[in-house]
Amino acid sequence: MTKTGAQILWECLEREGVTHVFGYPGGAILPAYDALKHSKIHHVLVRHEQGATHMADGYARASGQVGVAVATSGPGATNMVTGIATAMLDSSPVVCITGQVGSKLIGSDAFQETDITGITLPITKHNYLVTRADELARTLREAFYVARSGRPGPVLVDITKDAQQSSCEFDWDAAKPQLPGYRPDLSPAPKEYEQALELIHNSKRPVILLGHGAIVSGATHEVRDLAERAGIPVALTLLGLGALPASHPLNLGMMGMHGEAWVNHTIQEADLLIALGMRFDDRVTGTLKTYAPNAKKIHVEIDPAEINKNVKVDVALVGDLREVLHEILPKVESIDRSEWLHFIDGLRGDSAVRDIQNLPDSGHLYAAHVINDLWRETRGSSAVVVTDVGQHQMWEAQYYKHEEPRSLITSGGLGTMGFALPAAIGAKVARPEAEVWVVVGDGGFQMTMCELATVVQENLKINIAIINNGFLGMVRQWQEFFYERNYQATPLLNPDFAKVAAAYGIRNATVTQRSQVVPAVQSARQHDGPVLINFQVEQEDTVYPMVAAGAALHEMIRRPSPIVETAADE
Amino acid sequence: MLNTFVVYVENKPGVLTRVASLFRRRAFNIDSLTVGRTEKPQVSRMTITVDADRDQARRIEANLYKLVNVLLVENITTAPAIMRDLAMIKVAATHEARSHVLELASVFRARVVDVAPESLIIEITGGEDKIDGLLEVLRPYGVLEMVRTGIVAMRRGNKPSAALSSPEAEEQIMTDDDLSQSV
Repeated sequence: MTKTGAQILWECLEREGVTHVFGYPGGAILPAYDALKHSKIHHVLVRHEQGATHMADGYARASGQVGVAVATSGPGATNMVTGIATAMLDSSPVVCITGQVGSKLIGSDAFQETDITGITLPITKHNYLVTRADELARTLREAFYVARSGRPGPVLVDITKDAQQSSCEFDWDAAKPQLPGYRPDLSPAPKEYEQALELIHNSKRPVILLGHGAIVSGATHEVRDLAERAGIPVALTLLGLGALPASHPLNLGMMGMHGEAWVNHTIQEADLLIALGMRFDDRVTGTLKTYAPNAKKIHVEIDPAEINKNVKVDVALVGDLREVLHEILPKVESIDRSEWLHFIDGLRGDSAVRDIQNLPDSGHLYAAHVINDLWRETRGSSAVVVTDVGQHQMWEAQYYKHEEPRSLITSGGLGTMGFALPAAIGAKVARPEAEVWVVVGDGGFQMTMCELATVVQENLKINIAIINNGFLGMVRQWQEFFYERNYQATPLLNPDFAKVAAAYGIRNATVTQRSQVVPAVQSARQHDGPVLINFQVEQEDTVYPMVAAGAALHEMIRRPSPIVETAADE
Repeated sequence: MLNTFVVYVENKPGVLTRVASLFRRRAFNIDSLTVGRTEKPQVSRMTITVDADRDQARRIEANLYKLVNVLLVENITTAPAIMRDLAMIKVAATHEARSHVLELASVFRARVVDVAPESLIIEITGGEDKIDGLLEVLRPYGVLEMVRTGIVAMRRGNKPSAALSSPEAEEQIMTDDDLSQSV
């Protein structure tokens, strides 16, 4: 059947299973928007194209399905760059559709022309420039296949205006992906399995390092099986949180720069690290010179380019985590490692006395209180928490106990401020039945708060908790520790966030005392529209523990504790 | 250590940029890169030499494979292979010096491809060492201009590249008839 490029675009998206796209129109993408009215796809109109990419990303992370963002050429496309890089660093399957000037104008510096395939080349898994309608169907099928297979990632498809306007014969079945160089389905050799099993069986002090790959691969049950069968404790990366229930006895919690002290000590004491779907990010390892000095390392990873990139490993199993674990599990022997687990338990005690939850109430409202109360109120409800970047993100990771995969959505690799609100919109669109909470700092919130309009326009029940300390808190913390408290450019003069919400017609509250936290959360949950709560927390609070950049993983800056200091003095 | 990679890529627009961008982004320094057609019109072939240790070389290979348009990567650093570089050297050759320069060229089995009153252009093909050697002995006469193509390499023997000759890959490449010729 003959169709225009614009019609082919929407039909291909529908056939790929797309029900929602997040976009913003403009000149070069207008033919596509014109054809949208005949499509079943729901278009969410955003307020800034960065928001569209974060929404598509949030949609993908909440559902495991490909998220789609649409923008016009030039500034529309360049506004997507931050969102694309965010999706790239966190392996999120996103397809970005951009309009491009007519193919005859390419290279002429035409109005709103930009070389977006050139710009996004290093931050996409792959990208395409389509100049002819008859290339569109195959290209889109390839784009979706590449985005979701192997190690997922963003794919951008730039479509010239004339390719959208012109017509051609459309045959979905004939437009099969042709990717002779793309091999996402690698698997380890039998010998590598044997070596891995031997290391596991000979280890007395093993730790599993669990990352985002477990969630992406859908391997959370298999990971749990492995940990339980072999009695191996599990440390998680930020993006791995939820891959093993926080309440599971073998779950140690988050490792790394702001990981719990016992977790980092455990890794440093281990004789075997079993890295599953994680990539030894510098925020997880501290300095590599002293990282897990006595440990052998097994790395299960789908991306061969990650092997030996940061940490040299003894055995690499390149393949899909779930498939690899299916192969390993029947051969794993049950081993009693209670001595090792006892040792780790001993490390926990010291942390408990430093925990802010256990310190005497000073009358101040701390972010940790807010997040811990939020967790207590929402536990068991399968809520999805979407965080931004900074101190609140780390407190959330420490104090919100995630029980399920895809219950935490956060920008890990790129650390993109402004991610939370739009990503939460995407998550809510993907999972309308889920309770969605945005936990966001006052700085990051202002980067994308224009998307409050999108929340209202789409009538989305999203709860927004602003952790407002009047500072760019994490930067302030670095200034406190490493720049002699020289608070340059970190204090923020903020608007009244409650009034901002009111201007959008969003129900709002401001909380200044701990006693108000639970009632505010309860009231927000009962309201059937969006709610914004402005939590005015202690201004100069600090995330502990902290491994300074370049320090060893066990050299942590700890929260000063009157109890611990007194004990040490005696 | 200098590593030599033979990289087969789809002959599509922008592929050279993707490969070059990868080396830039991952901070690997390309020593030489050549690209040209192959016996298959849909496939281009690159020869890339890079200074890298063994681990880096492995990562370069893995990263090249991550590019969707890359079909096959062979690290032929330690394999028996023919490596050739072509240079054209314009050397000052006045009346007295001319016969010396011609003699040197013939020792190196180089050809004189242009003769002007004050200079000669010498064309030489060979391994890098041989060209470096000629260059060194010509320098005293005055090298006015020099251009080198960079290395092209081919494995010895009649073993074809495994992945490219599999029927499946062949079929996929051959069905791809809608390709431009630029890289």
